[in-house]
Amino acid sequence: MDHQTHEHDVIVIGAGGAGLRAAIEASAAGVSVGLVCKSLLGKAHTVMAEGGIAAALANVDDRDNWKVHFADTMRGGQYVNNWRMAQLHAQEAPARVNELEAWGAVFDRTPDGRILQRNFGGHKYPRLAHVGDRTGLELIRTLQDHGIHKGIAVYMERTVVRLLLDAGRVTGALAYDRERGRFTVFKAKAVILACGGVGKAYKITSNSWECTGDGHTLAYDAGAELIDMEFVQFHPTGMIWPPSVRGILVTEGVRGEGGVLRNKDGHRFMFGDIPDSYKPQTAADEEEGFRYVLGDKEARRPPELLTRDHVARCIVREAREGRGSPHGGVFLELQTFAEWFGRRVKGFKAELHWKKKLPSMHHQFKELGGLDITKEPMEVGPTTHYMMGGVRVDSDTQMSRVPGLFACGECAAGINGANRLGGNSLSDLLVLGKLAGEHAARYAKDRPAAGVPADQAEAAARRALEPFDRPAGENPFQVMFDLQDMMQDLVGIVRKEDEMVRALDGLEKLKARAAACHVAGNREYNPGWHTALDLHNLLTVSEGITRAALVRKESRGAQFRDDYPAKNTKEFGRVNTVVWRGPDGSMHIRLEPIPPMPDELKDAIRAEAGGTLPEELR
Amino acid sequence: MATATFRIWRGTAEKGEFRDYTAEVGEGMVVLDAVHQIQATQAPDLACRWNCKAGKCGSCSAEVNGKPRLMCMTRVSDLPLDVPVIVEPMQAFPPVKDLVTDVSWNYEVKKRIAPFSPRKPDAPDGTWRMAQEDADRVQEFRKCIECFLCQDVCHVLRDHHKHAAFIGPRFLVHVAQLEMHPLDTGDRVAALKNDNGIGYCNITKCCTKVCPEHITITDNAIIPLKERVVDDHYDPVLKLIRLVLRRRG
Ligand SMILES: Cc1cc2nc3c(=O)[nH]c(=O)nc-3n(C[C@H](O)[C@H](O)[C@H](O)COP(=O)(O)OP(=O)(O)OC[C@H]3O[C@@H](n4cnc5c(N)ncnc54)[C@H](O)[C@@H]3O)c2cc1C
Ligand code: SF4
Ligand code: SF4
Ligand code: FES
Repeated sequence: MDHQTHEHDVIVIGAGGAGLRAAIEASAAGVSVGLVCKSLLGKAHTVMAEGGIAAALANVDDRDNWKVHFADTMRGGQYVNNWRMAQLHAQEAPARVNELEAWGAVFDRTPDGRILQRNFGGHKYPRLAHVGDRTGLELIRTLQDHGIHKGIAVYMERTVVRLLLDAGRVTGALAYDRERGRFTVFKAKAVILACGGVGKAYKITSNSWECTGDGHTLAYDAGAELIDMEFVQFHPTGMIWPPSVRGILVTEGVRGEGGVLRNKDGHRFMFGDIPDSYKPQTAADEEEGFRYVLGDKEARRPPELLTRDHVARCIVREAREGRGSPHGGVFLELQTFAEWFGRRVKGFKAELHWKKKLPSMHHQFKELGGLDITKEPMEVGPTTHYMMGGVRVDSDTQMSRVPGLFACGECAAGINGANRLGGNSLSDLLVLGKLAGEHAARYAKDRPAAGVPADQAEAAARRALEPFDRPAGENPFQVMFDLQDMMQDLVGIVRKEDEMVRALDGLEKLKARAAACHVAGNREYNPGWHTALDLHNLLTVSEGITRAALVRKESRGAQFRDDYPAKNTKEFGRVNTVVWRGPDGSMHIRLEPIPPMPDELKDAIRAEAGGTLPEELR
Repeated sequence: MATATFRIWRGTAEKGEFRDYTAEVGEGMVVLDAVHQIQATQAPDLACRWNCKAGKCGSCSAEVNGKPRLMCMTRVSDLPLDVPVIVEPMQAFPPVKDLVTDVSWNYEVKKRIAPFSPRKPDAPDGTWRMAQEDADRVQEFRKCIECFLCQDVCHVLRDHHKHAAFIGPRFLVHVAQLEMHPLDTGDRVAALKNDNGIGYCNITKCCTKVCPEHITITDNAIIPLKERVVDDHYDPVLKLIRLVLRRRG
């Protein structure tokens, strides 16, 4: 096999927020770091994040602290989160955000010049540090501009297809470069996966082409375990019209700034469906909700800011029961708030206000939808958004069960449980990304270099080239589209046993088709070939999602089972699903109990839950 | 369904040609959708970059009917469809394949610019205070999505190939962002004149016109930087005062 070789102490696969933060940390520890990514630097999916970074800075509401953030995160995750990760995350997020400022980030400000924070679903206090609605850009650019001066070797537009193991320990990775289609062997003492999400397994998604579950699959193939795969977050508000923009995200910030959801009859339906566990925190009427938006500490949040899983299901219900908007969603409008605010504040200019608060949403709808959100309602519906499930890692080191293999960011799991709160991902990237970098560097320092078995790399390269070798076969794009349609229909927001069993059957057929597809042209920048290679990853994560969703015979967080519409805490409230690859190559699954929570953390939750512990923790 | 002809550049660094493809045109469709449709049904090896499909990542830069544009933000319905829509790669960078160009030069340029270096924290807890109006000024520059369309259109790079001597509008915006950052203490003015070649810019404002983020590149970034260069050159006293002020923060 014709290939290049690069050697580093630590290889980070993925240059989104998590990978960049991990690389910076590892490099600061004095080891040599290589950073590999599929796109150009600064273009990873993180760039699209809009609403903000959650951290209990308490700049806007001084009642906030890490314990409240921790309790919010656990309640959002319906108590199946890894509590230790949720604790570390809540404790360290403020320091990580302040550190971004020290590296040049310019967040929006409070009147006294500190970092401004905004309201977001599931967060009790205004907690999201933000820059208008382009927070992800600020985060990735800050890390990028800081990182490029730290001696990290960056390998852009290279896709890792296989991790290489030596006696059970990860010692490298095989990648191809997009430009020429040549192979590269990366040798390393430790490897950090930071490959992001899996959104491309679904037809309607806010995710980019990169989100094909590579990190999940690389880890799985190398012998690591994946947990919580049933928990796929469908964001309640994606664009739905025109068709070409279907799925593109409408940030929760729109609702955080006073956006209201209505059905086709103009009814504000969210007021009619507030879960008991959130009733004490939810506004009694429109007036109170709007006061909350303005930062009134006595007011409680509007029902549009309930957790994402719940709002998404309410929207699906409205549409299914014939009360939806013309293209199958509901309306999201800013006019009610603007009118109410305009009555209170002389000289209030709605158009200016929204352009300042939601500049990129204004731009996005204007350019892509031909609609002025300051004047007209938007049409929105759920879109596949975030993967709670992923590589199972140790909460204090981010190492998987495969020695030398670390994971962080969206492709790792644990912190979010059954449902992620908005803003908790960007903070997770920073906190746990740093942790992964630190521990991977420490691990690498302690180890002598290990070899990468040449035959493994050879075999993986040969397999990667198979689509060219076949004289004829199906177009890989078609296989991908059929998979996306199937997952959307059968393993989407509302799930049922018989449909998912059909999906498993469908996955077997798709696997056979993927193994027989053919690519024309040559290896140079050939998207058909890249898609053919992505199929293995998409199929693996799709199977993981389906199997885990079947086993969890209850509805919790992002998982909604039509055949088991209630929570079943007795059986499923204290366990995680775990999938791994058996020696025969097939996927295995088990339920694993969550370790008991220390009293200090229980107290934090009790304090926020009106004095009683939720059933899951009793 | 209505169709339109897309005349797309196909080729490598060595050779290439325009080829015509017919694509179905639906409501709200953008040029990137057409490219994807052609890729999925007719030319699976057609190379293009993209990520977000929402004008946020700056990957899908190309030239549509001769104008530097983001393909994902160019609505097909805004183009004349009685003639072929011409889609070709950016011209200021070496071609790689089809619509993909080699933009690595940009990454090298950025590395040469002195990084952000903040003044001492304002508060004992290690944080800073900054007024929103001061933040506003640099936030405009920090909106940049690094699409490099301004680099593509700038005649100094596109026609005169001064890549070795001139950093281009994108990186003048970057320097402006650092120089006007309320917390930064660095001084990049000498470098602007000597290494960055700011003098090559003759304020044609073409860069501002193509910027998809509507950054007022010339008026807000380049002209104030040029003024600093001139001040430093002709007025060493002013330079001294500014340095002192900056140290004090
Ligand atoms: C539209 C949108 C808005 C969002 N808004 C928010 C928000 O406001 N707040 C919040 O907290 N979260 C938000 N999220 C979620 C959040 O942005 C993501 O979860 C997060 O950015 C993921 O970061 P990451 O570093 O894990 O991965 P990514 O940013 O997805 O990066 C993955 C990296 O891995 C690389 N990679 C993948 N596979 C391979 C491979 N095989 N070989 C080499 N490299 C590979 C990619 O090239 C890329 O560099 C939003 C998400 C979306 C889609
Ligand atoms: S204004 Fe200056 S930087 Fe911008 S295009 Fe003209 S010459 Fe280039
Ligand atoms: S300044 Fe504007 S045109 Fe230039 S790279 Fe940035 S976003 Fe693109
Ligand atoms: S695809 Fe991101 S800007 Fe066009």
